[in-house]
Amino acid sequence: MLQLIFTLGLFAQPPTNIQAHDTPNDEGHSITIIWEPSPLDSGRIGFFQGYEIFRAASLTEDFEDAGFAAPGKTEYEDNSPDIEDGKEYYYFVRTLTSSGYEDSEKVGPFISSAQWFNTQRVNVLLITLLVSFLVIYYIRRAQKGGKLFVRKIPGLDAIDDAVGRSTEMGRPILYSFGLSYLNEVWTIASLSILYRVARKCAEFANRLLIPNYDPLVMSAAQETVKQAYIEAGRPDLYDERDIPFLTADQFGYAAGVDGIMVREKPGAVFWQGYFLAEALVLAETGHSVGAIQIAGTTMVDQLPFFITACDYTLIGEEMYAASCYLKPEPQMLGSLKGADFAKATILIFIVFGTVLGTSGVLLKHLANVDILSDIFTKVVQWFNTF
Amino acid sequence: MKREIPIVITFLTGVICVIAFFVPHAPVGGLQQRFLIWYSIVAGFTMIIGLDSLIKYNIKKISQRKKGWPYSYVLLFGLVLTLVTGFQSWFRYNTPFELQSSFMYTYIHIIVPLQATMFALLAFFISSAAYRAFRARTFEATLLLIAAAIVMLGRVPIGAMISDKIPALSDWLLNVPQLAAKRGIYIGATLGGIAMSLRIILGIERTYLT
Repeated sequence: MLQLIFTLGLFAQPPTNIQAHDTPNDEGHSITIIWEPSPLDSGRIGFFQGYEIFRAASLTEDFEDAGFAAPGKTEYEDNSPDIEDGKEYYYFVRTLTSSGYEDSEKVGPFISSAQWFNTQRVNVLLITLLVSFLVIYYIRRAQKGGKLFVRKIPGLDAIDDAVGRSTEMGRPILYSFGLSYLNEVWTIASLSILYRVARKCAEFANRLLIPNYDPLVMSAAQETVKQAYIEAGRPDLYDERDIPFLTADQFGYAAGVDGIMVREKPGAVFWQGYFLAEALVLAETGHSVGAIQIAGTTMVDQLPFFITACDYTLIGEEMYAASCYLKPEPQMLGSLKGADFAKATILIFIVFGTVLGTSGVLLKHLANVDILSDIFTKVVQWFNTF
Repeated sequence: MKREIPIVITFLTGVICVIAFFVPHAPVGGLQQRFLIWYSIVAGFTMIIGLDSLIKYNIKKISQRKKGWPYSYVLLFGLVLTLVTGFQSWFRYNTPFELQSSFMYTYIHIIVPLQATMFALLAFFISSAAYRAFRARTFEATLLLIAAAIVMLGRVPIGAMISDKIPALSDWLLNVPQLAAKRGIYIGATLGGIAMSLRIILGIERTYLT
Protein backbone atom coordinates (compact mmCIF):
# COMPACT_ATOMS: atom_id res chain seq x y z
CA MET A 1 0.00 0.00 0.00
CA LEU A 2 2.77 2.42 1.00
CA GLN A 3 4.66 1.49 -2.16
CA LEU A 4 1.56 2.36 -4.19
CA ILE A 5 1.25 5.70 -2.39
CA PHE A 6 4.88 6.61 -3.06
CA THR A 7 4.53 5.48 -6.69
CA LEU A 8 1.47 7.64 -7.23
CA GLY A 9 3.10 10.57 -5.47
CA LEU A 10 0.25 10.87 -3.01
CA PHE A 11 2.43 11.20 0.07
CA ALA A 12 0.61 13.42 2.61
CA GLN A 13 -0.99 15.74 0.08
CA PRO A 14 -2.53 18.76 1.83
CA PRO A 15 -6.12 19.99 1.38
CA THR A 16 -6.62 22.72 -1.21
CA ASN A 17 -8.71 25.84 -1.67
CA ILE A 18 -8.66 26.81 2.02
CA GLN A 19 -11.29 29.42 2.83
CA ALA A 20 -12.70 30.87 6.00
CA HIS A 21 -15.47 33.19 7.07
CA ASP A 22 -17.13 34.53 10.18
CA THR A 23 -19.54 31.86 11.47
CA PRO A 24 -23.00 33.20 10.60
CA ASN A 25 -25.93 33.68 13.00
CA ASP A 26 -23.90 33.38 16.19
CA GLU A 27 -22.85 35.52 19.12
CA GLY A 28 -19.32 35.99 17.71
CA HIS A 29 -15.98 34.49 18.79
CA SER A 30 -16.13 31.95 15.96
CA ILE A 31 -14.60 31.51 12.49
CA THR A 32 -15.50 28.66 10.13
CA ILE A 33 -12.72 27.18 7.98
CA ILE A 34 -13.59 25.15 4.88
CA TRP A 35 -11.37 23.23 2.46
CA GLU A 36 -11.42 20.76 -0.38
CA PRO A 37 -10.32 17.34 0.88
CA SER A 38 -6.88 15.87 0.38
CA PRO A 39 -6.77 13.22 -2.40
CA LEU A 40 -5.71 10.76 0.32
CA ASP A 41 -8.87 11.34 2.35
CA SER A 42 -11.05 8.23 1.97
CA GLY A 43 -13.40 9.33 4.75
CA ARG A 44 -12.06 6.67 7.12
CA ILE A 45 -9.16 6.57 9.57
CA GLY A 46 -6.29 4.46 8.23
CA PHE A 47 -3.17 5.70 6.58
CA PHE A 48 -4.90 9.08 6.42
CA GLN A 49 -5.58 10.30 9.96
CA GLY A 50 -7.30 13.66 9.62
CA TYR A 51 -6.79 17.41 9.48
CA GLU A 52 -5.22 19.65 12.08
CA ILE A 53 -6.19 23.32 11.97
CA PHE A 54 -3.68 26.01 12.95
CA ARG A 55 -4.36 29.65 13.80
CA ALA A 56 -2.23 32.81 14.31
CA ALA A 57 -2.97 36.50 14.79
CA SER A 58 -0.41 37.43 12.06
CA LEU A 59 1.64 35.67 9.41
CA THR A 60 4.86 36.41 11.28
CA GLU A 61 3.70 34.81 14.54
CA ASP A 62 3.92 31.13 15.41
CA PHE A 63 0.75 29.27 14.46
CA GLU A 64 -0.97 27.43 17.30
CA ASP A 65 -3.10 24.28 17.16
CA ALA A 66 -6.77 25.36 16.91
CA GLY A 67 -8.44 21.99 16.49
CA PHE A 68 -8.77 18.68 14.68
CA ALA A 69 -11.17 17.44 12.00
CA ALA A 70 -11.68 13.73 11.30
CA PRO A 71 -11.23 12.22 7.81
CA GLY A 72 -14.13 13.07 5.52
CA LYS A 73 -14.71 16.47 7.13
CA THR A 74 -14.29 19.58 5.00
CA GLU A 75 -15.27 22.18 7.60
CA TYR A 76 -14.18 23.19 11.08
CA GLU A 77 -15.77 25.76 13.36
CA ASP A 78 -13.06 27.42 15.42
CA ASN A 79 -14.93 28.75 18.46
CA SER A 80 -12.07 28.73 20.88
CA PRO A 81 -12.45 31.20 23.79
CA ASP A 82 -9.18 32.82 22.59
CA ILE A 83 -10.89 34.29 19.51
CA GLU A 84 -11.70 37.96 19.87
CA ASP A 85 -14.31 39.73 17.74
CA GLY A 86 -12.88 42.33 15.33
CA LYS A 87 -9.36 40.87 15.45
CA GLU A 88 -7.62 39.42 12.36
CA TYR A 89 -6.71 35.72 12.22
CA TYR A 90 -4.77 33.56 9.74
CA TYR A 91 -5.16 29.81 9.24
CA PHE A 92 -3.65 26.80 7.57
CA VAL A 93 -4.75 23.15 7.53
CA ARG A 94 -2.32 20.28 8.08
CA THR A 95 -2.88 16.83 6.59
CA LEU A 96 -1.90 14.06 9.00
CA THR A 97 -0.91 10.62 7.78
CA SER A 98 0.72 7.73 9.60
CA SER A 99 4.00 8.56 7.84
CA GLY A 100 4.05 12.33 8.29
CA TYR A 101 2.21 15.55 7.54
CA GLU A 102 1.89 18.28 4.93
CA ASP A 103 0.70 21.87 5.43
CA SER A 104 -1.63 23.82 3.18
CA GLU A 105 -1.04 27.42 2.18
CA LYS A 106 -1.65 30.05 4.84
CA VAL A 107 -4.81 32.11 4.33
CA GLY A 108 -6.28 35.23 5.92
CA PRO A 109 -7.01 37.58 7.44
CA PHE A 110 -10.45 36.63 8.75
CA ILE A 111 -12.48 38.50 11.36
CA SER A 112 -15.12 37.15 13.74
CA SER A 113 -18.21 39.18 14.62
CA ALA A 114 -21.58 38.76 16.36
CA GLN A 115 -24.88 39.06 14.46
CA TRP A 116 -27.96 40.96 15.59
CA PHE A 117 -30.42 38.60 13.95
CA ASN A 118 -30.36 34.87 13.28
CA THR A 119 -31.48 34.70 9.65
CA GLN A 120 -32.00 30.93 9.89
CA ARG A 121 -34.93 31.59 12.21
CA VAL A 122 -36.96 33.91 9.96
CA ASN A 123 -39.54 31.15 9.43
CA VAL A 124 -39.90 30.60 13.20
CA LEU A 125 -40.31 34.35 13.68
CA LEU A 126 -43.07 34.47 11.04
CA ILE A 127 -44.96 31.57 12.65
CA THR A 128 -44.50 33.05 16.14
CA LEU A 129 -45.83 36.43 14.99
CA LEU A 130 -48.79 34.82 13.25
CA VAL A 131 -49.74 32.65 16.25
CA SER A 132 -49.17 35.50 18.72
CA PHE A 133 -51.29 37.86 16.62
CA LEU A 134 -54.16 35.35 16.41
CA VAL A 135 -54.02 34.50 20.13
CA ILE A 136 -53.90 38.15 21.23
CA TYR A 137 -56.64 39.10 18.72
CA TYR A 138 -59.01 36.44 20.09
CA ILE A 139 -58.18 37.30 23.70
CA ARG A 140 -59.13 40.94 22.99
CA ARG A 141 -62.28 39.79 21.19
CA ALA A 142 -63.25 37.58 24.10
CA GLN A 143 -62.67 40.45 26.53
CA LYS A 144 -65.14 42.53 24.51
CA GLY A 145 -67.78 39.87 25.06
CA GLY A 146 -67.57 37.74 21.91
CA LYS A 147 -69.11 34.28 22.30
CA LEU A 148 -66.62 31.43 22.09
CA PHE A 149 -67.42 27.75 21.81
CA VAL A 150 -65.20 25.04 23.29
CA ARG A 151 -65.88 21.42 22.45
CA LYS A 152 -66.33 18.84 25.18
CA ILE A 153 -63.19 17.19 26.53
CA PRO A 154 -64.40 13.93 28.18
CA GLY A 155 -61.13 13.43 30.08
CA LEU A 156 -61.56 16.73 31.92
CA ASP A 157 -65.29 16.23 32.47
CA ALA A 158 -64.49 12.90 34.11
CA ILE A 159 -62.30 14.44 36.86
CA ASP A 160 -65.20 15.07 39.27
CA ASP A 161 -66.70 11.62 38.63
CA ALA A 162 -63.34 9.91 39.17
CA VAL A 163 -62.73 11.69 42.50
CA GLY A 164 -66.34 11.05 43.57
CA ARG A 165 -66.21 7.35 42.69
CA SER A 166 -62.93 6.93 44.50
CA THR A 167 -64.34 8.61 47.61
CA GLU A 168 -67.39 6.34 47.56
CA MET A 169 -65.09 3.33 47.38
CA GLY A 170 -63.08 4.68 50.34
CA ARG A 171 -59.88 4.74 48.32
CA PRO A 172 -57.37 7.58 47.93
CA ILE A 173 -56.50 9.45 44.70
CA LEU A 174 -53.08 9.25 43.08
CA TYR A 175 -51.71 12.05 40.88
CA SER A 176 -48.40 11.87 39.00
CA PHE A 177 -46.46 14.42 36.97
CA GLY A 178 -44.27 11.63 35.59
CA LEU A 179 -40.73 12.74 34.80
CA SER A 180 -41.68 16.43 34.50
CA TYR A 181 -39.49 19.34 35.54
CA LEU A 182 -40.85 22.71 36.58
CA ASN A 183 -39.35 24.60 33.62
CA GLU A 184 -41.59 22.77 31.15
CA VAL A 185 -44.90 24.09 29.85
CA TRP A 186 -46.75 20.80 30.34
CA THR A 187 -45.90 20.88 34.06
CA ILE A 188 -47.65 24.26 34.37
CA ALA A 189 -50.63 22.79 32.44
CA SER A 190 -50.61 19.79 34.76
CA LEU A 191 -50.60 22.06 37.83
CA SER A 192 -53.92 23.56 36.74
CA ILE A 193 -55.43 20.06 36.46
CA LEU A 194 -53.96 19.20 39.87
CA TYR A 195 -55.63 22.28 41.37
CA ARG A 196 -59.03 21.01 40.21
CA VAL A 197 -58.37 17.47 41.47
CA ALA A 198 -57.10 18.77 44.84
CA ARG A 199 -60.12 21.04 45.23
CA LYS A 200 -62.47 18.11 44.65
CA CYS A 201 -60.45 15.91 47.04
CA ALA A 202 -60.76 18.60 49.71
CA GLU A 203 -64.52 18.92 49.13
CA PHE A 204 -64.99 15.14 49.35
CA ALA A 205 -62.47 14.85 52.23
CA ASN A 206 -60.40 12.29 50.35
CA ARG A 207 -56.65 11.67 50.47
CA LEU A 208 -54.51 12.85 47.56
CA LEU A 209 -51.15 11.13 47.02
CA ILE A 210 -48.59 12.76 44.73
CA PRO A 211 -45.25 10.94 44.47
CA ASN A 212 -42.65 13.15 42.76
CA TYR A 213 -39.64 12.76 40.50
CA ASP A 214 -38.35 16.34 40.89
CA PRO A 215 -38.12 18.27 44.19
CA LEU A 216 -39.08 21.58 42.51
CA VAL A 217 -42.23 20.03 41.06
CA MET A 218 -42.91 18.55 44.49
CA SER A 219 -42.74 22.04 46.08
CA ALA A 220 -45.06 23.48 43.40
CA ALA A 221 -47.49 20.57 43.86
CA GLN A 222 -47.48 21.02 47.65
CA GLU A 223 -48.28 24.73 47.29
CA THR A 224 -51.02 24.09 44.71
CA VAL A 225 -52.70 21.40 46.84
CA LYS A 226 -52.39 23.52 50.00
CA GLN A 227 -54.05 26.48 48.25
CA ALA A 228 -56.85 24.25 46.90
CA TYR A 229 -57.51 22.82 50.39
CA ILE A 230 -57.54 26.32 51.92
CA GLU A 231 -59.94 27.62 49.25
CA ALA A 232 -62.20 24.61 49.79
CA GLY A 233 -62.26 25.45 53.52
CA ARG A 234 -60.49 22.23 54.58
CA PRO A 235 -56.87 23.20 55.40
CA ASP A 236 -56.95 20.63 58.24
CA LEU A 237 -57.00 17.80 55.68
CA TYR A 238 -53.79 18.91 53.98
CA ASP A 239 -50.81 16.66 54.74
CA GLU A 240 -47.49 17.62 53.15
CA ARG A 241 -46.18 14.08 53.64
CA ASP A 242 -48.71 12.76 51.12
CA ILE A 243 -46.78 14.67 48.44
CA PRO A 244 -43.30 13.19 48.82
CA PHE A 245 -40.22 13.15 46.66
CA LEU A 246 -39.44 9.59 45.57
CA THR A 247 -36.37 9.52 43.37
CA ALA A 248 -34.89 11.22 40.31
CA ASP A 249 -34.32 7.85 38.62
CA GLN A 250 -36.77 6.90 35.85
CA PHE A 251 -37.35 3.23 36.72
CA GLY A 252 -36.82 3.81 40.41
CA TYR A 253 -39.71 6.26 40.20
CA ALA A 254 -41.83 3.72 38.30
CA ALA A 255 -41.09 1.06 40.94
CA GLY A 256 -41.90 3.48 43.77
CA VAL A 257 -45.21 4.61 42.27
CA ASP A 258 -46.16 1.00 41.45
CA GLY A 259 -45.46 0.08 45.08
CA ILE A 260 -47.66 2.92 46.35
CA MET A 261 -50.48 1.84 44.00
CA VAL A 262 -50.30 -1.81 45.06
CA ARG A 263 -50.28 -0.88 48.78
CA GLU A 264 -52.76 2.02 48.79
CA LYS A 265 -55.05 0.78 45.99
CA PRO A 266 -56.14 4.23 44.73
CA GLY A 267 -59.62 4.50 43.26
CA ALA A 268 -58.59 7.11 40.71
CA VAL A 269 -55.22 7.75 39.13
CA PHE A 270 -54.16 10.83 37.15
CA TRP A 271 -51.11 10.60 34.86
CA GLN A 272 -50.57 14.19 33.77
CA GLY A 273 -47.16 15.26 32.51
CA TYR A 274 -44.07 13.87 30.84
CA PHE A 275 -43.75 10.11 30.53
CA LEU A 276 -41.30 7.83 28.75
CA ALA A 277 -40.92 4.04 28.73
CA GLU A 278 -42.37 3.76 32.24
CA ALA A 279 -45.79 5.01 31.01
CA LEU A 280 -47.20 1.53 30.36
CA VAL A 281 -45.66 0.03 33.51
CA LEU A 282 -47.49 2.67 35.56
CA ALA A 283 -50.77 2.62 33.64
CA GLU A 284 -51.03 -1.19 33.62
CA THR A 285 -50.40 -1.32 37.37
CA GLY A 286 -53.13 1.31 37.81
CA HIS A 287 -55.45 -0.86 35.73
CA SER A 288 -54.58 -3.95 37.76
CA VAL A 289 -55.64 -2.28 41.03
CA GLY A 290 -58.98 -1.32 39.47
CA ALA A 291 -58.47 2.44 39.43
CA ILE A 292 -60.23 4.75 37.00
CA GLN A 293 -57.35 6.35 35.10
CA ILE A 294 -57.15 9.73 33.37
CA ALA A 295 -53.93 10.33 31.47
CA GLY A 296 -52.61 13.38 29.63
CA THR A 297 -49.31 13.87 27.88
CA THR A 298 -47.75 15.63 24.93
CA MET A 299 -45.37 12.68 24.40
CA VAL A 300 -46.78 11.27 21.18
CA ASP A 301 -44.90 7.96 21.50
CA GLN A 302 -46.49 7.22 24.87
CA LEU A 303 -50.05 8.18 23.89
CA PRO A 304 -50.96 4.73 22.44
CA PHE A 305 -50.00 3.10 25.76
CA PHE A 306 -52.15 5.50 27.75
CA ILE A 307 -55.07 5.19 25.32
CA THR A 308 -54.87 1.40 25.69
CA ALA A 309 -54.51 1.22 29.47
CA CYS A 310 -56.45 4.28 30.71
CA ASP A 311 -60.14 5.19 30.73
CA TYR A 312 -59.58 8.72 29.42
CA THR A 313 -56.59 10.33 27.72
CA LEU A 314 -55.91 13.99 27.07
CA ILE A 315 -54.12 14.00 23.72
CA GLY A 316 -51.38 16.61 23.27
CA GLU A 317 -53.02 20.02 23.05
CA GLU A 318 -56.01 18.95 25.18
CA MET A 319 -53.68 19.01 28.15
CA TYR A 320 -52.70 22.63 27.43
CA ALA A 321 -56.38 23.48 27.03
CA ALA A 322 -57.19 22.07 30.48
CA SER A 323 -56.73 25.33 32.41
CA CYS A 324 -59.03 27.17 29.95
CA TYR A 325 -61.59 24.38 30.03
CA LEU A 326 -61.64 24.09 33.81
CA LYS A 327 -61.66 27.85 34.33
CA PRO A 328 -63.55 29.20 31.29
CA GLU A 329 -62.71 32.90 31.59
CA PRO A 330 -63.02 34.93 28.36
CA GLN A 331 -59.27 35.63 28.17
CA MET A 332 -58.40 31.96 28.57
CA LEU A 333 -60.95 30.83 25.97
CA GLY A 334 -59.72 33.54 23.61
CA SER A 335 -56.21 32.14 23.67
CA LEU A 336 -57.61 28.70 22.91
CA LYS A 337 -59.54 30.04 19.94
CA GLY A 338 -56.43 31.85 18.69
CA ALA A 339 -54.41 28.62 18.75
CA ASP A 340 -57.22 26.85 16.87
CA PHE A 341 -57.18 29.49 14.14
CA ALA A 342 -53.40 29.23 13.89
CA LYS A 343 -53.87 25.49 13.41
CA ALA A 344 -56.43 26.13 10.67
CA THR A 345 -54.00 28.54 8.96
CA ILE A 346 -51.21 25.97 9.07
CA LEU A 347 -53.60 23.35 7.68
CA ILE A 348 -54.39 25.66 4.75
CA PHE A 349 -50.64 26.11 4.12
CA ILE A 350 -50.12 22.32 4.21
CA VAL A 351 -52.93 21.76 1.66
CA PHE A 352 -51.60 24.64 -0.48
CA GLY A 353 -48.05 23.19 -0.35
CA THR A 354 -49.29 19.70 -1.23
CA VAL A 355 -51.28 20.99 -4.23
CA LEU A 356 -48.31 23.11 -5.36
CA GLY A 357 -45.81 20.26 -4.99
CA THR A 358 -48.05 17.78 -6.82
CA SER A 359 -48.76 20.31 -9.60
CA GLY A 360 -45.00 20.91 -9.98
CA VAL A 361 -44.31 17.20 -10.50
CA LEU A 362 -47.26 16.81 -12.90
CA LEU A 363 -46.24 19.88 -14.93
CA LYS A 364 -42.67 18.61 -15.25
CA HIS A 365 -43.49 15.05 -16.26
CA LEU A 366 -46.73 15.46 -18.21
CA ALA A 367 -46.49 18.91 -19.80
CA ASN A 368 -42.69 19.54 -19.71
CA VAL A 369 -43.21 23.01 -18.18
CA ASP A 370 -39.91 23.28 -16.31
CA ILE A 371 -40.05 26.97 -15.26
CA LEU A 372 -43.36 26.69 -13.41
CA SER A 373 -42.35 23.34 -11.96
CA ASP A 374 -39.09 24.83 -10.61
CA ILE A 375 -40.95 27.78 -9.05
CA PHE A 376 -43.45 25.41 -7.40
CA THR A 377 -40.65 23.16 -6.14
CA LYS A 378 -38.80 26.16 -4.65
CA VAL A 379 -41.94 27.38 -2.88
CA VAL A 380 -42.52 23.88 -1.45
CA GLN A 381 -38.87 23.66 -0.34
CA TRP A 382 -39.28 27.00 1.43
CA PHE A 383 -42.40 25.68 3.19
CA ASN A 384 -40.44 22.62 4.25
CA THR A 385 -38.02 24.82 6.20
CA PHE A 386 -40.86 25.66 8.63
CA MET B 1 -47.87 43.23 45.10
CA LYS B 2 -47.47 39.58 46.10
CA ARG B 3 -48.98 38.58 42.75
CA GLU B 4 -47.84 41.49 40.56
CA ILE B 5 -44.09 41.07 41.15
CA PRO B 6 -43.97 37.41 39.99
CA ILE B 7 -46.11 38.34 36.95
CA VAL B 8 -43.70 41.16 36.02
CA ILE B 9 -40.67 38.86 36.49
CA THR B 10 -42.36 36.17 34.34
CA PHE B 11 -43.23 38.72 31.64
CA LEU B 12 -39.70 40.15 31.48
CA THR B 13 -38.01 36.73 31.55
CA GLY B 14 -40.38 35.40 28.88
CA VAL B 15 -39.89 38.37 26.56
CA ILE B 16 -36.09 38.27 27.01
CA CYS B 17 -36.04 34.54 26.21
CA VAL B 18 -38.13 35.06 23.05
CA ILE B 19 -35.83 37.91 21.90
CA ALA B 20 -32.71 35.86 22.78
CA PHE B 21 -33.94 33.09 20.47
CA PHE B 22 -33.72 35.45 17.48
CA VAL B 23 -30.84 37.75 18.54
CA PRO B 24 -27.50 35.98 19.03
CA HIS B 25 -25.58 39.23 19.76
CA ALA B 26 -24.47 39.98 23.34
CA PRO B 27 -25.87 40.77 25.86
CA VAL B 28 -29.12 39.06 24.80
CA GLY B 29 -27.62 36.01 23.05
CA GLY B 30 -26.89 33.09 25.32
CA LEU B 31 -29.16 34.45 28.07
CA GLN B 32 -31.54 31.52 27.72
CA GLN B 33 -28.63 29.16 28.28
CA ARG B 34 -27.59 31.21 31.31
CA PHE B 35 -31.13 31.02 32.73
CA LEU B 36 -31.04 27.24 32.32
CA ILE B 37 -27.73 27.12 34.21
CA TRP B 38 -29.29 29.16 37.03
CA TYR B 39 -32.24 26.79 37.03
CA SER B 40 -29.87 23.79 37.28
CA ILE B 41 -28.08 25.39 40.25
CA VAL B 42 -31.38 26.08 42.04
CA ALA B 43 -32.63 22.57 41.16
CA GLY B 44 -29.42 21.08 42.59
CA PHE B 45 -30.08 22.70 45.95
CA THR B 46 -33.71 21.55 45.93
CA MET B 47 -32.41 17.96 46.13
CA ILE B 48 -31.93 18.74 49.85
CA ILE B 49 -35.68 19.51 50.09
CA GLY B 50 -36.36 16.25 48.24
CA LEU B 51 -34.15 14.30 50.60
CA ASP B 52 -35.87 15.85 53.61
CA SER B 53 -39.27 14.90 52.17
CA LEU B 54 -38.19 11.32 51.39
CA ILE B 55 -36.80 10.74 54.89
CA LYS B 56 -39.88 12.26 56.60
CA TYR B 57 -42.25 10.19 54.42
CA ASN B 58 -40.52 6.92 55.26
CA ILE B 59 -40.05 7.69 58.95
CA LYS B 60 -43.80 8.41 59.12
CA LYS B 61 -44.50 5.05 57.48
CA ILE B 62 -42.30 3.21 59.95
CA SER B 63 -43.61 5.04 63.02
CA GLN B 64 -47.26 4.48 62.01
CA ARG B 65 -46.56 0.87 60.97
CA LYS B 66 -48.26 1.51 57.63
CA LYS B 67 -48.64 -1.26 55.08
CA GLY B 68 -45.22 -2.22 53.70
CA TRP B 69 -43.32 -0.33 56.43
CA PRO B 70 -40.34 -2.75 56.46
CA TYR B 71 -39.54 -1.61 52.90
CA SER B 72 -38.98 1.89 54.27
CA TYR B 73 -36.08 0.47 56.29
CA VAL B 74 -34.65 -0.96 53.06
CA LEU B 75 -35.01 2.44 51.38
CA LEU B 76 -33.37 4.34 54.24
CA PHE B 77 -30.59 1.75 54.40
CA GLY B 78 -30.05 2.13 50.63
CA LEU B 79 -29.96 5.91 50.98
CA VAL B 80 -27.34 5.80 53.75
CA LEU B 81 -25.32 3.12 51.92
CA THR B 82 -25.21 5.20 48.73
CA LEU B 83 -24.12 8.30 50.66
CA VAL B 84 -21.45 6.40 52.60
CA THR B 85 -20.02 4.64 49.53
CA GLY B 86 -20.15 7.92 47.60
CA PHE B 87 -18.13 9.81 50.22
CA GLN B 88 -15.77 6.89 50.83
CA SER B 89 -15.03 6.64 47.09
CA TRP B 90 -14.62 10.38 46.83
CA PHE B 91 -12.04 10.44 49.64
CA ARG B 92 -10.19 7.40 48.33
CA TYR B 93 -10.17 8.07 44.56
CA ASN B 94 -10.96 11.83 44.45
CA THR B 95 -14.09 10.92 42.47
CA PRO B 96 -16.98 8.56 43.24
CA PHE B 97 -17.08 7.50 39.58
CA GLU B 98 -13.83 5.50 39.59
CA LEU B 99 -14.72 2.02 38.30
CA GLN B 100 -13.01 0.22 41.22
CA SER B 101 -14.78 2.36 43.82
CA SER B 102 -17.42 1.00 46.20
CA PHE B 103 -19.90 3.60 44.88
CA MET B 104 -19.58 2.35 41.30
CA TYR B 105 -19.75 -1.23 42.60
CA THR B 106 -23.15 -0.56 44.17
CA TYR B 107 -24.23 1.30 41.03
CA ILE B 108 -23.20 -1.44 38.58
CA HIS B 109 -24.26 -4.43 40.71
CA ILE B 110 -27.42 -3.10 42.37
CA ILE B 111 -28.91 -0.05 40.62
CA VAL B 112 -28.30 -1.09 36.99
CA PRO B 113 -29.84 -4.61 37.41
CA LEU B 114 -32.80 -3.10 39.28
CA GLN B 115 -33.38 -0.61 36.46
CA ALA B 116 -33.07 -3.40 33.88
CA THR B 117 -35.59 -5.50 35.83
CA MET B 118 -38.15 -2.69 35.83
CA PHE B 119 -37.56 -2.08 32.13
CA ALA B 120 -37.91 -5.80 31.38
CA LEU B 121 -41.32 -5.84 33.07
CA LEU B 122 -42.47 -3.68 30.17
CA ALA B 123 -42.57 -6.75 27.91
CA PHE B 124 -45.24 -8.38 30.13
CA PHE B 125 -47.22 -5.15 30.43
CA ILE B 126 -47.14 -4.69 26.63
CA SER B 127 -48.61 -8.21 26.23
CA SER B 128 -51.47 -7.58 28.66
CA ALA B 129 -52.20 -4.13 27.18
CA ALA B 130 -52.05 -5.48 23.62
CA TYR B 131 -54.50 -8.25 24.55
CA ARG B 132 -57.05 -5.67 25.69
CA ALA B 133 -56.42 -3.25 22.81
CA PHE B 134 -56.57 -5.86 20.08
CA ARG B 135 -59.89 -7.44 21.03
CA ALA B 136 -61.90 -6.89 17.85
CA ARG B 137 -65.04 -5.57 19.53
CA THR B 138 -65.55 -2.48 17.41
CA PHE B 139 -64.71 -1.48 13.84
CA GLU B 140 -61.85 0.77 15.05
CA ALA B 141 -60.40 -1.97 17.27
CA THR B 142 -60.54 -4.40 14.33
CA LEU B 143 -58.68 -1.90 12.14
CA LEU B 144 -56.09 -1.50 14.89
CA LEU B 145 -55.72 -5.28 15.18
CA ILE B 146 -55.23 -5.70 11.40
CA ALA B 147 -52.73 -2.80 11.22
CA ALA B 148 -50.80 -4.08 14.26
CA ALA B 149 -50.67 -7.62 12.82
CA ILE B 150 -49.28 -6.31 9.52
CA VAL B 151 -46.70 -4.07 11.24
CA MET B 152 -45.56 -6.87 13.58
CA LEU B 153 -45.28 -9.35 10.71
CA GLY B 154 -43.44 -6.76 8.61
CA ARG B 155 -40.80 -6.33 11.32
CA VAL B 156 -39.81 -10.02 11.49
CA PRO B 157 -38.33 -12.35 8.80
CA ILE B 158 -41.40 -14.58 8.72
CA GLY B 159 -43.43 -11.67 7.32
CA ALA B 160 -41.23 -11.45 4.23
CA MET B 161 -41.34 -15.24 3.90
CA ILE B 162 -45.15 -15.19 3.74
CA SER B 163 -45.19 -12.35 1.21
CA ASP B 164 -42.65 -9.72 0.20
CA LYS B 165 -45.51 -7.19 0.18
CA ILE B 166 -45.96 -7.42 3.98
CA PRO B 167 -42.75 -5.50 4.92
CA ALA B 168 -43.60 -2.85 2.28
CA LEU B 169 -47.15 -2.53 3.61
CA SER B 170 -45.80 -2.36 7.15
CA ASP B 171 -43.43 0.49 6.15
CA TRP B 172 -46.29 2.29 4.38
CA LEU B 173 -48.49 2.04 7.49
CA LEU B 174 -45.70 3.47 9.62
CA ASN B 175 -44.56 6.17 7.21
CA VAL B 176 -47.90 7.43 5.90
CA PRO B 177 -51.03 7.10 8.10
CA GLN B 178 -49.12 6.68 11.39
CA LEU B 179 -46.72 9.56 10.70
CA ALA B 180 -49.55 11.81 9.47
CA ALA B 181 -51.47 11.27 12.72
CA LYS B 182 -48.30 11.83 14.77
CA ARG B 183 -47.53 15.08 12.96
CA GLY B 184 -51.09 16.28 13.45
CA ILE B 185 -50.72 15.74 17.20
CA TYR B 186 -47.28 17.39 17.17
CA ILE B 187 -48.61 20.50 15.40
CA GLY B 188 -51.57 20.73 17.78
CA ALA B 189 -49.37 20.23 20.86
CA THR B 190 -46.81 22.80 19.67
CA LEU B 191 -49.47 25.44 18.98
CA GLY B 192 -51.12 24.63 22.31
CA GLY B 193 -47.71 25.07 23.94
CA ILE B 194 -47.20 28.46 22.25
CA ALA B 195 -50.68 29.62 23.33
CA MET B 196 -50.03 28.40 26.87
CA SER B 197 -46.63 30.18 26.94
CA LEU B 198 -48.28 33.39 25.72
CA ARG B 199 -50.90 33.09 28.48
CA ILE B 200 -48.11 32.69 31.05
CA ILE B 201 -46.00 35.58 29.66
CA LEU B 202 -49.04 37.90 29.46
CA GLY B 203 -50.09 36.96 33.00
CA ILE B 204 -53.41 35.39 31.96
CA GLU B 205 -52.44 31.91 33.15
CA ARG B 206 -51.74 32.21 36.88
CA THR B 207 -52.16 28.66 38.18
CA TYR B 208 -48.44 28.42 38.96
CA LEU B 209 -48.78 31.41 41.30
CA THR B 210 -51.02 29.57 43.77
